[in-house]
Amino acid sequence: MWGARHVTVRFGSTTALDEVGLDLPEGRVTSIVGGDGAGKTTLVRALLRRVALDGGAVDVPDLTEVGYQPSTSGVWPALSVRQNLEFAGVAYGMSAATIRERGDELLETAALTHATSRLGSELSGGMRQKLGFCMAMLHRPRMLLLDEPSTGVDPVSRVELWRLVTQAAARGTAVGMTTTYLDEAERASTVVALDAGTVLTAGDPTAVVHEVPGTVSATDHRPAGRRTWRRGTAFHTWTPPGETAPGSEITPDLEDALIALSLARTQEDHR
Amino acid sequence: MRATIIKEFRELRRDKRTLAMLIGLPLMLLIIFGFAANFTIDTLTVSVVGSDASQAEQLVSQSPDASDQLDLTTVDEDGTEAQVRDQLADDEVDMAILTGDASPSDRPTVLIDGSNLFAAQTANVIVAGLGDAVDSEILYNPDLETSWVMVPALIGLILTFIGTIITSIGLVREREQGTLEQLAVMPFSSASVIIGKITPYFILACVDMVIITVLGMWVFDVPFNGSVTAFVLGAAIFLFVVLGIGVLISTVSQTTGQAVQVAMMTLLPQVLLSGMIFPLEAMAAGVRWIGYLLPLTYFTKISQGIMLRDSSWSYLWPSLAVLVLMAVVIFGTAVVRLRRDLAPAKAR
Repeated sequence: MWGARHVTVRFGSTTALDEVGLDLPEGRVTSIVGGDGAGKTTLVRALLRRVALDGGAVDVPDLTEVGYQPSTSGVWPALSVRQNLEFAGVAYGMSAATIRERGDELLETAALTHATSRLGSELSGGMRQKLGFCMAMLHRPRMLLLDEPSTGVDPVSRVELWRLVTQAAARGTAVGMTTTYLDEAERASTVVALDAGTVLTAGDPTAVVHEVPGTVSATDHRPAGRRTWRRGTAFHTWTPPGETAPGSEITPDLEDALIALSLARTQEDHR
Repeated sequence: MRATIIKEFRELRRDKRTLAMLIGLPLMLLIIFGFAANFTIDTLTVSVVGSDASQAEQLVSQSPDASDQLDLTTVDEDGTEAQVRDQLADDEVDMAILTGDASPSDRPTVLIDGSNLFAAQTANVIVAGLGDAVDSEILYNPDLETSWVMVPALIGLILTFIGTIITSIGLVREREQGTLEQLAVMPFSSASVIIGKITPYFILACVDMVIITVLGMWVFDVPFNGSVTAFVLGAAIFLFVVLGIGVLISTVSQTTGQAVQVAMMTLLPQVLLSGMIFPLEAMAAGVRWIGYLLPLTYFTKISQGIMLRDSSWSYLWPSLAVLVLMAVVIFGTAVVRLRRDLAPAKAR
């Protein structure tokens, strides 16, 4: 299976990735989540062989069969939508006719058909990310790596982008995408959560939720202690096994689960 | 207001390039204008030939004024006019005196190298002081037109401008907008990305060079006396040097602003110290050596030599050799650094 095995990457004295493993099965969307600086982009770059590994290995198809969208969208601002697609197609050795046909099809699904002659710099953030996605998908790659495709994109465009991503996976592509939006990650087949360069947890989003030790509970007022975070108007608290939880116990969602797992790990480290 | 001032100083302290400009630029200007900004050439190199050459040498050595101003590098009683014309064409001397049988007239004839504008002006003053005692002729630039000397140098400056500033901007923009990452991941070899990025600028610089050369000849009547092949060869090698500088700048810059800043810092000394404006011979030795480290110095020598004086290969090749060396070192380093940016994992 494609992915990363025990990947370690150091930049000087900082360890960006520490023994990170990741599976990218075909036909599935794997989302890589984590806060800023958790190592998401470094992991994608490691998969693309763009950073030297200090340990471990990556197993990915030939670069000609990988589609990649950098977090900056990868769209050339001074080229039109059509020219951007043409360049991406030619780069992967596609014929002009195929580029045209595939391009039209992708632009249609991405609802960009009306903007083919617009320049990259004239596109809205959401449109630019969608074009970046089309460029990455143009050559029908076997693996698709998307680095924060939905960051800074409006909610409507995010829905459209997600539809494109799931369609790509449905056709058998192995999709790996990083995101900071956990509601998005929840819809992926597998979630890999990174925390300070290590894997906090990985698996089916519902399985991840069940992994949480102890209890997650909700209260109206901030209870004493430091294991509390705010969700909407309520306060959620994680309580380690064997201790009494404040308020009423709830079933955590992915966001609660990841915070709780992170807190659980910190507590273990302190022991 | 105080907060803004403090914040600004804090930001400035971290912006190493602006700091370097704030400190480096005034220092550089001080050095250049203090030691280099001198149009007056006090000593002329002179070749004296013909049957009365030794006699002329004696006359010069007896007069304190003349021996101060004239440095007789060649005194040859058997020398001919053809010989000194070659010396002048190859910039070995600023002025030549034909005496006795070597002179075409019954008086001594003074030949002045007009492509060396300021030396020629000094020579003219000396000759005027001699009145009817000598005949004189200004070679290569009879009217001492500044444009004739400037246009060949300007061609080099324009190549430097395109090669350094425009190329580095073009490459840095790719990094700035995040598409360099995209290019690196696409199945192009590093070589084809680099060649693909540089070729357009190479072509544009060539087109610009042809336009400026033709316009210079058409508008200012600048002659083109030498070999076009030699000129094209020199320009091509020089272009590799300046493109190399441009690529190198792009590999040390993150933003267009930074690239322009660094490029300006390489451009300014080239304009002032390459001999294009102030003659190298008139500069203080230390500053002149900075001039000898700059590629434009050598291109100016080549282009002025070819266009104005039809200089021989023996004059041109040392400058061409220096440019080749610079091209190999600078362009080579630039490509290695750019390759590392494109394929860091493969580099290990």
